[in-house]
Amino acid sequence: MANLLTIETKRCKGCGLCAYVCPKKILELDMSNVNDKGYNPIKCIDMSECTACAMCARMCPDSVIKVERDV
Amino acid sequence: MGKVVYEKSKGLTDNPLSYCPGCLHGTIHKLVAESLVELEVLDRAVTVASVGCSVVAYQFFNCDAVQAAHGRAPAVATGIKRVSPDSIVFTYQGDGDLAAIGMAEIVHAAHRGENITVIFVNNGIYGMTGGQMAPTTLITQKTSTSPFGRKEATTGKPLKVSEMIAQIPSAYYIERVSAHTVPHLVKAKKAIKKAFENQIHGKGFSMVEVLSTCSIGWHMTPVESLSHVENSMMPYFPLGVYKDEGEVIS
Repeated sequence: MANLLTIETKRCKGCGLCAYVCPKKILELDMSNVNDKGYNPIKCIDMSECTACAMCARMCPDSVIKVERDV
Repeated sequence: MGKVVYEKSKGLTDNPLSYCPGCLHGTIHKLVAESLVELEVLDRAVTVASVGCSVVAYQFFNCDAVQAAHGRAPAVATGIKRVSPDSIVFTYQGDGDLAAIGMAEIVHAAHRGENITVIFVNNGIYGMTGGQMAPTTLITQKTSTSPFGRKEATTGKPLKVSEMIAQIPSAYYIERVSAHTVPHLVKAKKAIKKAFENQIHGKGFSMVEVLSTCSIGWHMTPVESLSHVENSMMPYFPLGVYKDEGEVIS
């Protein structure tokens, strides 16, 4: 089992700050999806690379991301 | 199920934030909420919201709140703290609110040494009203009321609030931090937590200035605005502790 990112896409405003601070660069805007607010929400493109450092979640202004580490 | 490394703080409500995409108000709200939860004072905390983008902060912090008139948050906080000394009272103000119309209130709250905590969010612009020039707007910075850039000859130099409040004898703790990178966020949270601890222990007036962004008002993307804080704001507004335990730190 890998680490887990739970992204509450309906609250995401697509600012991209999480993608900017992610050291593994595995977050990007999902251009194929638009949420109820009209934004392209963030998505993780390679969960296996995630180290659960939670930098994305700490930076996110809208508290969209929950991070769980596999133990 | 794995171990939860990070999740939304219980100090915040489920209301979606009214701020623009990428606005660091949300991030700073999290630092305040997490500090209140970790210090176990959320149930007796009182937010005094200011006027500006954070005018509806009472909808976002999961504690009691009052919304003060423009700039008057420290005066309202003074009243609440004096009639209810067990409450942990904090104001959450922007630079248009605290450094412009509310300058008298913040100076005299510090002068009286009120036992309150002030979170001062400095992004160098009036965000809510459409990006007008604030006292903290940088020289040459373009805003809707300084379309050719702020000029020192007509409007002076940006106001350094932390340095100024630190000179007030009764102020106890003044620090300037930034919220534009994760390491800076860690330091900012430490400062905010310390400001609340000071109030819990009855030490007196504590203020934390947090450098923040306004990507809409600055006409930048959220990521570009983070670099603007690093490259333009931080050289003029140096981070650090300006006053601790009532002593000016030079």
